[in-house]
Order: sequence, then C-alpha cells, then structure tokens
Amino acid sequence: MSLCHFYPSLVIKFFRVCVCVCVELKMAASSERSPPPFPDSEEPELLEDSDEGADAFTGTSISEMDSPSPDSTRPPKDIFNEPPEDIFSDPLSNINSEPQKKVDAKIPSPSSDEAVDLFSDPLDDDSEVMSSPEVQNPMPDLLNEPVEAPKSDVLGEPPVHRDAARQQDVFEDPPKSSSKSSSVKKAASSEMFGDDDDDEDLFKEPPKVVTKKPQPSGPPVDVFTEVKSDVKVKPQVKDDPTDLFAEEALTAPAPKPSAGSSSSRTNGVHSEEQDLFSEATVELSLDSPRNDRKNKDAVKPSVSAPAAPVASSSSKAPSKTLKELEEEESEDKFDLNISITNPEKVGDGMNAYMAYKVSTQTSLTMFRSKTFTVRRRFSDFLGLFEKLSEKHSQNGYLIPPPPEKSILGMTKVKVGKEDPSSAEFVERRRAALERYLQRVVSHPSLLQDPDVREFLEKEELPRAVSTQALSGAGFLKMLNKATDAVSKMTIKMNEQDVWFDEKIQDVENEEQHLRKLHVMVESLVNHRKELSGNTAVFAKSVAMLGSSEDNTALSRALSQLAEVEDRIEQLHQEQASNDFFTFSELLADYIRLLGAVRGCFDQRMKAWQRWQDAENMLQKKREAEAKLLWANKPDKLQQAKDEITEWEAKVTQYEREFERISATVRKEVIRFDKEKARDFNRQVIKYLESLLHSQQQLIKYWDAFLPEAKAIV
Amino acid sequence: IFLCVSPQQEGLDDGPDFLSEEDRGVSFFFPFLISVLSLSSYCVLCMCVSTLPNFKQNEFSVVRQHEEFIWLHDSFVENEEYAGYIIPPAPPKPDFDASREKLQKLGEGEGSMTKEEFTKMKQELEAEYLAIFKKTVAMHEVFLCRVAAHPVLRKDLNFHVFLEYNQDLSVRGKNKKEKLEDFFKNVVKSADGVLVAGVKDVDDFFEHEKTFLLEYHNRVKDASAKSDRMIRSHKSAADDINRIASTLYTLGTQDSTDLCKFFLKVSELFEKTRKIEARVAADEDLKLADLLKYYLRESQAAKDLLYRRGRALVDYENANKALDKARAKNKDVLQAETTQQVCCQKFEKISESAKQELIDFKTRRVAAFRKNLVELAELELKHAKGNLQLLHSCLGVLKGDT
Repeated sequence: MSLCHFYPSLVIKFFRVCVCVCVELKMAASSERSPPPFPDSEEPELLEDSDEGADAFTGTSISEMDSPSPDSTRPPKDIFNEPPEDIFSDPLSNINSEPQKKVDAKIPSPSSDEAVDLFSDPLDDDSEVMSSPEVQNPMPDLLNEPVEAPKSDVLGEPPVHRDAARQQDVFEDPPKSSSKSSSVKKAASSEMFGDDDDDEDLFKEPPKVVTKKPQPSGPPVDVFTEVKSDVKVKPQVKDDPTDLFAEEALTAPAPKPSAGSSSSRTNGVHSEEQDLFSEATVELSLDSPRNDRKNKDAVKPSVSAPAAPVASSSSKAPSKTLKELEEEESEDKFDLNISITNPEKVGDGMNAYMAYKVSTQTSLTMFRSKTFTVRRRFSDFLGLFEKLSEKHSQNGYLIPPPPEKSILGMTKVKVGKEDPSSAEFVERRRAALERYLQRVVSHPSLLQDPDVREFLEKEELPRAVSTQALSGAGFLKMLNKATDAVSKMTIKMNEQDVWFDEKIQDVENEEQHLRKLHVMVESLVNHRKELSGNTAVFAKSVAMLGSSEDNTALSRALSQLAEVEDRIEQLHQEQASNDFFTFSELLADYIRLLGAVRGCFDQRMKAWQRWQDAENMLQKKREAEAKLLWANKPDKLQQAKDEITEWEAKVTQYEREFERISATVRKEVIRFDKEKARDFNRQVIKYLESLLHSQQQLIKYWDAFLPEAKAIV
Repeated sequence: IFLCVSPQQEGLDDGPDFLSEEDRGVSFFFPFLISVLSLSSYCVLCMCVSTLPNFKQNEFSVVRQHEEFIWLHDSFVENEEYAGYIIPPAPPKPDFDASREKLQKLGEGEGSMTKEEFTKMKQELEAEYLAIFKKTVAMHEVFLCRVAAHPVLRKDLNFHVFLEYNQDLSVRGKNKKEKLEDFFKNVVKSADGVLVAGVKDVDDFFEHEKTFLLEYHNRVKDASAKSDRMIRSHKSAADDINRIASTLYTLGTQDSTDLCKFFLKVSELFEKTRKIEARVAADEDLKLADLLKYYLRESQAAKDLLYRRGRALVDYENANKALDKARAKNKDVLQAETTQQVCCQKFEKISESAKQELIDFKTRRVAAFRKNLVELAELELKHAKGNLQLLHSCLGVLKGDT
C-alpha cells in the first residue's frame, strides 16, 4: 500500500522513459508476459526484467522480486485482457505487479474504502497523478474473478469520477485515444473515459524525451540507456523461445481459443521489435504509440464481447502489422486448407448464378470445428474483398484481389449451354476463387478478420451488394477510382526513401513484363488448343486415308498413325489446360496482385499527402498567428494558438500514420515478394513437370508406333 | 536487309526423297543462289553425277530456274509417247509470300525495335527461309530423280538437254493467252474426265485402280491440307514459346534476386524447348506433310494416266462403233478400220504400260510411306527424348536451388 503512495511520481518519470524504450521493448516484453499458458518458460525472464527495473529505480527490488508469482497464478482468462498490458514494456509490468501484490494482500479483507483511498489520493494530485490510472489498470487485469467485486467498487467511486471529468476538461482529446489500460477499465466501468487522455499525452511526449531531454532525472536516464542496451541484446536470446511459443500455441490445443492467437501475436510483436531496431529510435517512438492505441481500441471489444475468439482475433488484427517478418515461421505452422468444389448453377435465366462449395479444413483453434463447408456465390467473394479492403487497405495491407467479374463468361453459363467453353469458364473461376481464398487466409492479419471467418464458417451470408459491375454503386466506385487516379497524378511525391522508390519502379516494370508474358502465354494456350484441334482433324483424315489405302500393312500403319495422332491430340489438350491453369493463371493472379501492391503504394502516398497538407496548414496557421501578433489582436490570438496546437497534433499524427503505413507497406511488400518467389517456383516447376509428362507420353506413343511403321512391307 | 542462308551447312541429306537409293541413276546436289531482296527470281544450280551411259560426261552442273523444270515437265505431258506413263509431277512453286511479308515488316520495324529483338527476328526469318529452301530443293530434286529413275523418261532428249546444256534454256513463262488456253483445256479435260470416268471399264484391275485413285486422291488431299494446318499451329506454338522465353529473359534481367535467376533459367529452358518444338514441326512438315503433298501430286498424275487411258478406251470404242457403221453403210470402211486399229493399238499400249506404272506407283508409295513414317517416328522420338532430358536437367537445377 505504501508502495503505491510512494511510487506515483517515480512511476510517471519511469513511464515516460518507458514509453520511448518500450517501443522497442514492447515486443520482447509482451512476448515474455503474454504466454501465461506456459509460465515456466517465461518466468525466468520476467524475473530478470523486474530486476532491472527495480534496480534502476529503487532499492525495493526485493519486494518486487516477489511480484512474478501472482503472474504465474494468473488464470488464462486474463490473457484476453492482457494484450494492452503487453504493449507496455517490462518495466511497467513491474510497476503493475506491485499494485497487484498490494491488491492481493487486500483480497483477504476486501474493504473497498481502503482501496478508494489508495487510489483517490494520487488522483487528486495534479497531472502527474495521471499515471495513477496506469497503476490501477493492472489491477483489473491481473485480478482474478474473485477480486472483481472490489475492483469495480474502486472504479465506481466518486473520486474517480470527478477525476475523470476534470481531466476531460483539461484534455480535449477524444476518448477514442484512450490508453489500452484505460480501455480495459472502460470495459469494466464505462465512466472512466476521461482518464484515457493522459495516456495519449504521455504517448506523444516520448519523442521529445528521447531526442531532447533525457535529463528529467538522473536515474531514469541511466535506466533508459541501460534498458535499451539490454533490449538490444535480448532479441537474439529471445528469438527461439518465442518461436517455440508460437508453434506450440498453434499446434497444441490451447485451453482457451485465444491462446493461439495471443501467442502468435506475441510472436509478431517480437518481430516488430527487431525490425524497429534497424530504424531510428525517434521513428520507433512515433510509431509505437500508434500501435498501442490501436491495440487499445481493439481490446475494448474483447473484454465486452462474450465470444472470445472474435474478440481475440479482432484485437489481433491491428497488431499483426508487426508480424510479417515472421512469415517464414508461420508458414510451418500454417494449417488451414481451403478448397472450393462443386460449382453448381442455382436458379434459371438471367438470375441464375453459380454457387461454390467452400470447404475448410483446419486445426486452428479460432474456428469452431475442424472441418466445415459453406456455399458461396461469386458476389460473396467480391463482397469479402470489398469488406477487407475497406477495413485494411488504408493501413497499407496488401489485400489479395479476387478474380474479375466476367459478364460475358457468366452470361454464357447463364444461358446454360453445356458447351466446353462455359465449363472451362466455371472451372477457371473456381480455381481462381480457390487461390484467392488461400491467399487471403495465408495473410496473417486477414485471417484474423472476423469477416473472413464469417465467410468461411457462417451458413448464410447477407447478400453482398455493390458488387454488380454495372450497378449504381459500381458506377460510384468507378467515379471514385477516377478521382483517385487524378489525384494520384497530381500528387508529386518527392520520395525520400530509396527503397520505396526502387520498389515502385520494379513493381511497375514487373507488371508490364508480366502482362506481356501473360499475353504470350495466352496465345500459346490458344495455339496449343488450335494445334490439338487440328491434330484431331488430321488424325481423322489419316484414318480415312488408311482405310482407302489398299496395301494392308500400310493401311494398318496409317490407322495406327491416326491413333497416335489422336492421343497426341489429347496430350496437346491436356498441355493446353496445363499451360492455362498452372502458368497463365499464375501470371494473371500476379498481375492482379501487383496491381494491389501498387494500391498499397498509393495508400502510402495518400498518407504522405495528408501529412504534407497538414504541414502546410500548420504553416499557414503559424503565419496567421504571426500576423495577428503583429496586428496586436490578442482576442483572436488565443484561438490561433489553439488552432496551431491542434494542427501540430494533426501533423504529428499524420506523420506517424505515414511512418506506420510505410513500415506496413514495406513489410507487406517483402512478404509479397517472398510469397511470389515461392509461388512462381512451385507453379513453374509444376508446369515443367507437366511438360515433362507430356514428353514422356509422346515418347511412349511414338515408341509404340515405330514397329508398326517398320512393319510396312 | 540481307539474309544469309547457306543450305550446305545444314546438309541436304534430310530432305525428302521418295525414292529408294537403288532407283537413282543420277545424284543431284542443289546449292542455291537466291537473290533475297527481290525474292522474285531464284536459280537452282543443279549438279549432276551420273552413272548413266548416255551422258557425255560423268559429272556436270547447270543452273536452272523453276520455270525450266516446269518446261521439262510439260514437255513430258505433251509428248504422246509418254501417254502410258505416270508423268512425274512438277515441283511446286515455292511459296515465299509469308516470308516476304515478314521481311517487309522486319525492314519497317528496324528502327523501332531493340537490337536484340531485331537480331532475333532476323534469325527467325533466316531459319524460315532455310526451311523453305530446303523444301524447294527437295521437291525439285525428287522430280529429277524420278525422271532419272524412270526407264523410259530418262532417255528423253529434253531431259538430257535440261541436264547438259550449260547455257540458259531461254524458257519463258507462259503468257496470258497460253494460260487461258491451258485453263480451257483443263476445264474440257475435267469435264471429259467425268464422262470418261463414267464409262465402265472392262478390265477389273483398272476399274479397281480407278475407284481407288479417285478416293485416295481426295483423302490424300484432305490429309495434306490438315497436316499443313496442324504443322502451322505447331509452329505458332513454337513461336509463342520463343517469345515467352525472351520475355522471361527480360523479366529475369531486371535485378538479381533469386526469382530473377529462376526466371533466367526457365527462359533458357524455354529457348531450348522452343528450338526442339520448332524442329519437331519442321520435321513433321518435311516427313509427313511433304510426303502427303507429293503423293497428292503423284496420285493426280496417276489419275491423269487413267484419264488418258480412259480417253483412249472411249476413242477405241467410238472407232469400233464408227467401223461398224461404216461397214453397215459400206462407206469409208478402210479409213475407219485404220482409225480403229490405231486406237486399239494406242489403248493397248497405254493399258500395258499403265498397268506396270500403277503397280510401280503402289510399290513406290508403300516404300516412301514406310521410309518417311519410320523416319518421322524416329525423329519424334529423338526430339521428345531431347526435350525430356532438357526438362529433367532443368527441373533438377531448379529443385536443387530451392
């Protein structure tokens, strides 16, 4: 108890430092903390961590050393609430653990008054105290169900209310920017909104702390550097354990559905950390609050929503940004088989449509069962894409594009002639949809999207609207695209990042070449089909010739030749479809995907543009202020100043957004490249194998024919 | 643009020869001289090594144009003496139209395409020319060989002149009037042919041959057209592979990632398979399509022979009727008798030689089909095996890489 009193100021200072450091630490920290299901592996690290923190700050390390123990006893249920916590660095967790301990002590005699005192005290202080909610937060998190009652009392106390209100006045920030911890609280008691703002402020500060003033107090600086260096060493050490976690988590039937996802997030977080190291610290600190906030936002539903899997996945989605580099590992553990079968015509006439059976086989625990099947129509697929791109594309995610709508092809199917071309069309679309879905689920963040899961699992989907190519919505979309294209042309982005500059060029070149290649492969397919048709005709003709030949041996040889040609025709036919399905469709897919990649770049450019616009605006406001100052109009001056603050905030926000989107896009593109290499490798080898097979067959046929030819007398 | 084509390099031995070795009394070599720019005229230098007694020298060479070959052929056809023989079909006029068009395009596009593309296209064109040349050479060679192998025709004076006279034969192409006459003659002949064909033959052998040849000719015509189409699409497919290879190459040269290396390797493979595919198409063309085409013409020649015989038969029957009439009227009996006898002699002579000719034709045909089909199968096997090996090694490399 006394600890709590004693700490607030320290906590604040520490917290500031932490926020900067924690950006880096965050991942590592969370990776250690999050896997309560596997307490053994993490506990040692936790202990170490708490050591550092304690040493740096006070001599109370001994008392803190105890803190891990509540941790290990924490029930799995807390894992859900934990994500926010994870985001904070270890040092914080130390702090958290202290109050927790305190609470533990309290549990035997749950006198709510006591608790109120404890908390209200620091709250009544000024801005410094703002961190106290932080201290509080851990409590709800860490406490077990039994403790919940007192906790809610604490939160519901009037002092807290007052405090919240006051803070809201002071800070005009919207509640959405609430800290994750507060969001947890919010779930428990919605009155706490006001508190969130402090955290936001705290978060904004870090850059300055890092860059300009590492002086707030002697020890913290030391801590900062110390911790940092420590952190740098850690990733390597931690690498293996985390991976292990991730794997284990996904394969082992975790007690709670979220276990897998939370641990995998840990994984991602961890990777992020490593990545961030390579970049500037400032950038990191800018970056992280954003992520934190996102996580916070995401966590809210997780506490409130009864459906655990949904919540965990949604909380995961944003944090997944960080995950891309872990792709290699996740590949191994990826266990989700989607196949689309049984295309079936439903309805008649122009209202007819094809329904496809989407079967999923998985051992991922986020799904309710191991295998399930749904029927979906093409527009559902498009609808899924629309939903995904609406939600994720502005974050710089690469959303795999679905196959294009084909009015001509579908009309043919609708008209309902059972001719080979419409059968081929359906098969082609089926295969394309299958690949599309597989791409979606192999994207770690999209897999977590509730819409994806709904798409795979839910029996009935609301009819997707606005996917009609010619509908009004479609027209609007086209209009949007047109304006986008225009604005794209007008935006002149002076690219500072060489990597992006080159990548954009590469992607454009590649797309161009792939298009060319695709056209050629298409023409190869057509020629091969033509060849097959002509071979068939020739075979018939030779058979006729053979029948009219009056030399029996020659006649037989000719009819043999006809047979050989017949088989070769089959071979050409097969090869043509192989050309098409393994090679041409691969290229078509990647042309579409490269389009999506360019879309990502565009999103990044838009973010940049927003940032620049805000910068310009700020400049204008500043000029206006200067004018007002000169004109000596103090009444408007205040307003101008407010505006400047507002725009400064916006600039920072947009800049952060830009940095974030850049990082995301970069990761997405790296991931895409890897996937592309893998895909091409696999598909082309498959294609070559089909060629190989053709040649083998060919040899067989001609081998059989040779003696026949020799037998001609 | 000058294309340099040298058939000698490739060797001419894989040209189509529809004659077995022992048939050859004469060997021919046809180094070509072709003015590519105009493409309108070309000369054939024929070199002749003869083992036949009637020639003044054992080895001699002359330069002959396509028109001169036609002249030789026509002189055979017009000679009544040879009515009882299957006149070896004249070699077809080589078709350079497609290549000429391509050449023109190449000339126009010279500025607009990159040097590599240009070189590549030029090489493609040269290869195409080479193929046509080889075909042309082969066709002309076959004609001369057939003539030289024929027991009667090879003693023909015109043939000797053709081979030995070492100056220009100053054969001119037919003018319009002559062409028109030819056309009418053909119309009359085919109308007549229908009439004659309707006449029931007394001889079972000829009756059978007639029905067989009629059917055979149509079938072979069909098959040859179809094989042409098949080969054409095969060639287009090979061209596509070629273009795919070059695009893959450009993709591969973009940067030096693993994927690009992968592309380069695949491109290399496609480049090689392209060559093989093209060879497959070319060999099918040479062994199959040309065989069919040749027998299309040969069966036409055999049909012509049957027509001449049928004509002679009809003439003979008419003469018989005329003789009967003359006898009944007791008028011009002697003249009618002579006519009847001439017709009878002519008919019998034609029948006699025609029977042998048709039997020969059949033997030749079977031998030629055998030879070509065996060769075709062997070549297909060779190419398919080569292709297989390429794919194997490439797959090995690619899989080893991953």
